[in-house]
Formats: sequence, C-alpha cells, structure tokens
Amino acid sequence: MWVITLIVGVWFVAAEGILLWFTFRYRKKDGVRAAYVPGKSFRQTGWILIPCVAILVCDLAIDAFGERVWKTIKEKVPPAQLQIGVEGRQWAWTFTHPGKDGILGSPDDIVIPNEIHVPVGENVAFTLGAADCLHSFWVPELRLKQDAVPGRHIQGWFRATRPGSYGVLCAELCGVAHGLMRGTLYVDTEADYERWLDSRIAAQPASQAAAFQAAPTPAPQPAPKTGGKS
Amino acid sequence: MSEATILEPPLDPPRAAPPAAHAGAHDDAPHGFWSTYFFSTDHKHIAKQYLLTGLCMAVIGGLLAHVMRMHLAFPDRAVPGFGEVPAGTYNALITMHGTIMIFFVAMPVLLGGFGNFLIPLMIGARDMAFPRLNMMSYWTFLVSCLILLGSFFVPGGASPAGWTAYPPLSANVAYSGAAWGVPLWIAAVALEFVAFLMGGINFITTAINLRAPGMKMFDLPMMVWMQLVASVIFLFSVGPLVAGAVLLLLDRVAGTGFYNPGAGGDPLLYQHLFWFFGHPEVYVILLPGLGIVAEILPVFARKPLFGYRMVVYATLATGVLSFIVWAHHQFVSGIDPRLASAFSITTILISVPVAITMFAFVATLWRGAIELKAAMLFAIGMVGVFFWGGVTGIINGSAAADIYVHDTYFVVAHFHYALIPPVFFSLFAGIYYWYPKMFGRMLNETLGKIHFWGTFLFVNVTFMPMFGLGLRGYPRRTFDPRVFAHLGDLHPLQLAATLGTIGLLLFQIPFVLNFFGSLRFGAVAGKNPWRANTLEWTVPSPPGHGNFEGTPVVYRGPYEYSAPGRDADWFPQDVAPGRPL
Ligand code: HEM
Ligand SMILES: [Cu+2]
Ligand SMILES: [Cu+2]
Repeated sequence: MWVITLIVGVWFVAAEGILLWFTFRYRKKDGVRAAYVPGKSFRQTGWILIPCVAILVCDLAIDAFGERVWKTIKEKVPPAQLQIGVEGRQWAWTFTHPGKDGILGSPDDIVIPNEIHVPVGENVAFTLGAADCLHSFWVPELRLKQDAVPGRHIQGWFRATRPGSYGVLCAELCGVAHGLMRGTLYVDTEADYERWLDSRIAAQPASQAAAFQAAPTPAPQPAPKTGGKS
Repeated sequence: MSEATILEPPLDPPRAAPPAAHAGAHDDAPHGFWSTYFFSTDHKHIAKQYLLTGLCMAVIGGLLAHVMRMHLAFPDRAVPGFGEVPAGTYNALITMHGTIMIFFVAMPVLLGGFGNFLIPLMIGARDMAFPRLNMMSYWTFLVSCLILLGSFFVPGGASPAGWTAYPPLSANVAYSGAAWGVPLWIAAVALEFVAFLMGGINFITTAINLRAPGMKMFDLPMMVWMQLVASVIFLFSVGPLVAGAVLLLLDRVAGTGFYNPGAGGDPLLYQHLFWFFGHPEVYVILLPGLGIVAEILPVFARKPLFGYRMVVYATLATGVLSFIVWAHHQFVSGIDPRLASAFSITTILISVPVAITMFAFVATLWRGAIELKAAMLFAIGMVGVFFWGGVTGIINGSAAADIYVHDTYFVVAHFHYALIPPVFFSLFAGIYYWYPKMFGRMLNETLGKIHFWGTFLFVNVTFMPMFGLGLRGYPRRTFDPRVFAHLGDLHPLQLAATLGTIGLLLFQIPFVLNFFGSLRFGAVAGKNPWRANTLEWTVPSPPGHGNFEGTPVVYRGPYEYSAPGRDADWFPQDVAPGRPL
C-alpha cells in the first residue's frame, strides 16, 4: 500500500504540477504566437512515450509487489490452530466456534450471532458461507475482507496480533438492514479465550448442538481458497 | 431553431403524445408542429432533445445525491423537503442515483447529445446514416426514462439493489422487498440499451461512410474518433449484459435459477456478465468526454493537438484493453485468487494508453497562447481532476490494496473523481464551446467563469473527504454511520462532504441562468466565433436542415493552428491550400 501510494503520489504531483505550470506560463500574450508543435516526429512524441514507459515499469513494479502480498493473504492458507465457521444472513453474522474438542462440526460446537472470539497471535482459518444473498465479511482494522457467496464455502484465514475488540461489518449490499449488519471480533489472550469458552459451554443448552447442523461446515468441494490476514 | 424544416411526415401523434397539459397548450400550433419539434429526424434536433433530457435527469440525480448527503451528515434529522430517510429508502436512493447518473445522464448527454450533434457536422455529412432510426433511438430512450422514474411510485418503491443489481438480492422479492421496482429497473435499463444500440449503429456507419470528400480517417477530429471507439466498445460489450439482464428477469418473474445456487445456478455468473459490460461502459463514458477536451484544448491554446496519431492509437488500445479488466470488480467476490493476479496486471496496464492521452493533452498546452475562456477552464479542469481518478484507480486495480479499499468510501471517491470529469466537466466545456453553434448565441463568459471556479472548488470539497472516510473504514452504501463504533469521530468529514455538495448545487445556478438567459440575451454568434478549424464552424449558427450548402472538401487534419508560413493562426479543414481564408 505504501509503495503504491508513493509511486502514484509522485506521478500525480508531477502531472498536476506540469499542468498548472503550463496553464499559467503559456497564457496568451500580445504578439506572441503559439509554437507549432504537432507532436508527429518520434523526437517529439518521446516526451510522452518515455514517461509512459516509466509508468509501465512502475505498473509492473506495483503488480509484482502486490502479487506477493496477495499470495500470502489469499492464496496460501497456512496451517491454523483454530477453525471457525462464518455465515452471513439477512442481517446478522453467525459464528461457529469449535468447542473443547477443537473440531468444527461436532456436537459441542458453539454457535453465536454477531460475536466471534479468537486467541491473539494464532492463525485462524475460517469457512465463509451465505444463507440468502451476498454479504461480505469485513474487519476493517484487520484489513480482512471476503465476500460470502450463497452456494459456496470460501476458505480464508487471518491472524490478529493485538488484543481488543473490533467491528465486523458487511461490505456488500444485502438488503434493507445492510447498514446495520454488524458484529464484534474479540481478540482475547489465551487465558481469556479459555475462560470464555468454558463459560459458553456451561451456558449452552444441549438443543443448540442440533441446531448447528444448519450452519456451514468445511466443504469437501474444491472451493477457491480465499481469505485474509491481520 | 427556426430552420428545422419538415422532411418526414409526422408519425401518428396520439400514440406517442406527451403529457396532455403540454399538448393542449400547443393546440393552435402551425401545421407541422409535431414533425418540427417532436418527431424531427434532424440529427441536431435529436441531439438537443437528448441533451435536454439528459440535463433534466442530471437535476434529478443531483437532487437524489443531495438527499443522501444531507442524511449522512445529519442522520437523526429529516432532510428538508424530503423527509425521513429510512434504510430501505436510502438503498433506493443510491440505486437510482447511480443508475441515473451513469445510464441516463452520461450516455444521453455525451453520446446522444454531443455525438449526434457533432458527428455529421464534423465529417461534412448532411445527417446521420439512418435519420429515422436516430429519432426512434431518442423516443425509446425517453420511454426508458419514464419507466425508470415511474418506478419511484410503484408499491414497494424503486429498486434498492444497487446500480449493479447483484442477485440474489435483486432476483428475489423476499430479499429486497421491492416487488415492482426491480423488474421495472431491469426493463428501463434494457430498453435504454436498445436505444443506444440504434444510436451506436448510426454513429459507426455515419463516421465510416459519410465522410466528406478528401477526409481520411486520420483527418477525423478526435471527437469523432472517440465517439466511434466508444460506440464500438458499447456494441461489443452490451450483449453479455443484456443476456445477464434477461436471465435476471427470468429468475425474478419466472422462477428460473440461473443465479440461484439452490437450483444449480451461481450468483457470480451475473457478476461476470455485468462487469464484462460494466467496465467497458466506463470507457464508453470517458472517451467522448476526452473527445470534447481534445477539441477544445487546441482551439484555445492555438496549437495542434499534440501527437494526434499517437492519441488515436492510444484510444484504440484503451478500447481493446477495456475488455479484459472486468474482474477487478471481483477481487474479493469469491473468484479464484489466481485470476485476480492476472486481472490486476491488465487493469493496471490500461493506465498506459490513458496516460498517453492525458499527457498529450498536457503537452498541447506547452508553448501555446492560452486563452482561459470558460470552455477552456472546464477542459483543463477535466484533465486536472481526472488525474485524481486515474491514480486512485491504480490503487483499486492492485488486487492486494483493493482488499482494503473495496466497497469503502475510498471507492466512492475514486469513481466520482473518474466520472465527474468526463461527465460534468466535459459536458460544461462542450456546452460553453458549442452553444453558439447549437443556438446561435454566445454564453456569458463571466457567469461561465463563476460557474467553473465554484464547481471546481466544491467538487473537491465534496469528494476529497471521502478518500479519508474510506481509508478509515467507512463502508459504502451504508445509511447510518452511528451504528459503527469505530466511525464515531468521522462526522466532520461527512459534514464537509455535505457542505461541498450544497456549494456544488448552488454554483449550478449561474449555469442555468446563463443557459436559458443567453438564448434570448446572448450576443449573436457568427459562424465561427472561436476561429476553429473543424467543419462544423463553416456552416451558419445554428446550421439549417441538411447542414451544408454544398459538399465540403477536406484538405487537411483538424488541428492546423499556428502553422508556420501563414499569417492567420488557423487553417480550416475545407480551405484549399493557397486560398485565403
Ligand atoms: C452532484 C454530485 C454528486 C454527489 C454529491 C454524489 C454523491 C453520491 C453519494 C452520497 C453516493 C452514495 C454513496 C454510498 O452511500 O454508497 C453516490 C453513489 C454513486 N454515484 Fe454519485 N454523486 C454525484 C455525482 C455523480 C455522478 C456525476 C456520477 C456518474 C456519472 C455518479 C455515480 C454514482 C454511482 C455509480 C454511485 C454508486 C451507486 C451504488 O452504489 O449503487 N455520481 N454518489
Ligand atoms: Cu450482509
Ligand atoms: Cu450487507
């Protein structure tokens, strides 16, 4: 991001500067005729083409740089310590945490709306689904964004490095209350996370486990790997 | 406008009669009224109809934007003159604002208005290749406008599904809540495309076949080139969209499942079809805007357009590249991430031909004798403001950076910076420049300059804060900022953007006064008030039906200004070598 901003920033200032400078420098003066510069010869077009070759080089540099970041964020899902299910529906997020057994899709899973807990510093893999229309799982502070598409289970990952609570938003227009669809991500220390897990398990009625079956499970299908990191 | 004579017998008037009140007021009109003022096949008349309809839609689109901005700045109060803005209404507002601005302002004004008016005049033709088709194009367009506006008043209100109308939201009443709004939206947009297909076929045939003797392709004014390439882009890209829209309509009204995963469909299919059209569409808008600027800069700098051929080739390259960038709208939509890398590269590459064109514009100013008339101010302003849109586009184009800014106000700022220059700055530049030709009178320069500086200032006041909002994580299409804790302290930015909008709207008043006042009080314009070279300035202002007395003969390119060895600093295209002006 900084690389791009720097590159485009420099170009931008240069271009605007030259534009302003020309505009004021070459105002009409009595008796001064405009120069005839049709820009036909190669020597003249060089003034444009060489900067544009430079732009091309910058473009490719941005691409090469962005490619590395993109690969880490979206293509390689690293081994994760925690698996979480995320589902968007009008207009709430449903988060499925594995219970004590650490396995998603087992009866002791914990399903809660709009609240997600993860231990700090751990790689968290998520499986993202949508129940009705498109939603987009977005945690601005973590630079994490991934659309949830009905019919697909999209894999992704993130790692939160600082404890605290962060807003979870929906970034894809999903109907009337799209602007109200929000949750909270709690990044806990290891001990806090265990304590929270215990309290939830104690509070969870047995019937909840059955209800879970509707929530997404890691799909066997070769879904595209996509995700995000902190 | 007295010259518009009757060429075609009037169509059956009652069938396409305008609102009754209007018709009654003109009962005693002279014979031929309908064919003169309504069903004229004269391309200049159709151009004015398109232009005025587009401007009316711009007023509506602008007022919708004003309501949204007022609501965002004062979310707990009713908007004066409009009332409360609940969430559902807000979604309909963004949808209609986006749809109107892109399809019902930019296209009719830039293509329907300027394209229709200028192509035949600039190439020395008597009219479009198919004048009747041209007229039908306008009336089809008007019907589509009425359908779109009508959708505000149906039960459930206008479509709340965004101007992109992604399914499943748009394909299912249960999800969106708008029973009629969405089908009407689809119908209006599809009908509008039919209208512009008729127009586009006309543009291409005319520009290629009806050129005056002696006029080679490389003697065409840039405006004609840009219109030509834009029309070709439009023709090639619109098919997938219409297909996509038909499938959507079927899903919606017949219960098919093209986009419904439960029935074996896939919502992403629609996104590909939509953006395969939607991104080239941006260039359909941008190119005519650049064309207007390319006509104006040389005249007011008294210099040839720098690197004419190079700009033509760059335009063609832009046209080709515009077809292979669409998936950059889908970096985070669930497509295969390896695709994103490829589209990142093609997307960023398109910056090169666009940069060539922009730099050629800047180089045209170099060592010129610049006169800052209102038209020129808007043309230079277009270049300056568009740079903002361009560089921020690179940030969106890079897949990695896009993850963060996608669907935030950063994107809103970016595309307004990319669209307002071609749509509004070029529109105003074009009106200040060609108004004398269209209406035979000059516009007032002082009002024009006030209009420019006010517009320029407040465009930036409106949209600059949105970059900040976006980078802080303010989501797009969100009606109430108060629900997100992390956005609490962004209110000053919202307020600034809203004040900017109010300023922007107020500074359009001088323009409206100027536009209508000058019809009556403006100084009478001669044939060629700007001493310009292109063919449209060789005929009377406004030109009569049939445009040219005889057939003009073309001897040179359109931008021979300040050529060495001549006393005059201009050299019209139809003046034979050696003959005095
Ligand atoms: C008068 C100046 C304008 C103002 C104040 C304005 C303001 C806005 C606002 C507040 C939004 C909604 C942002 C959101 O909540 O997501 C928006 C969306 C949009 N605007 Fe504008 N706008 C203006 C002119 C234009 C023009 C000239 C165009 C195009 C030619 C345009 C195209 C769009 C589009 C495509 C959207 C997105 C709609 C969607 O998300 O479905 N706007 N504008
Ligand atoms: Cu949502
Ligand atoms: Cu949403």
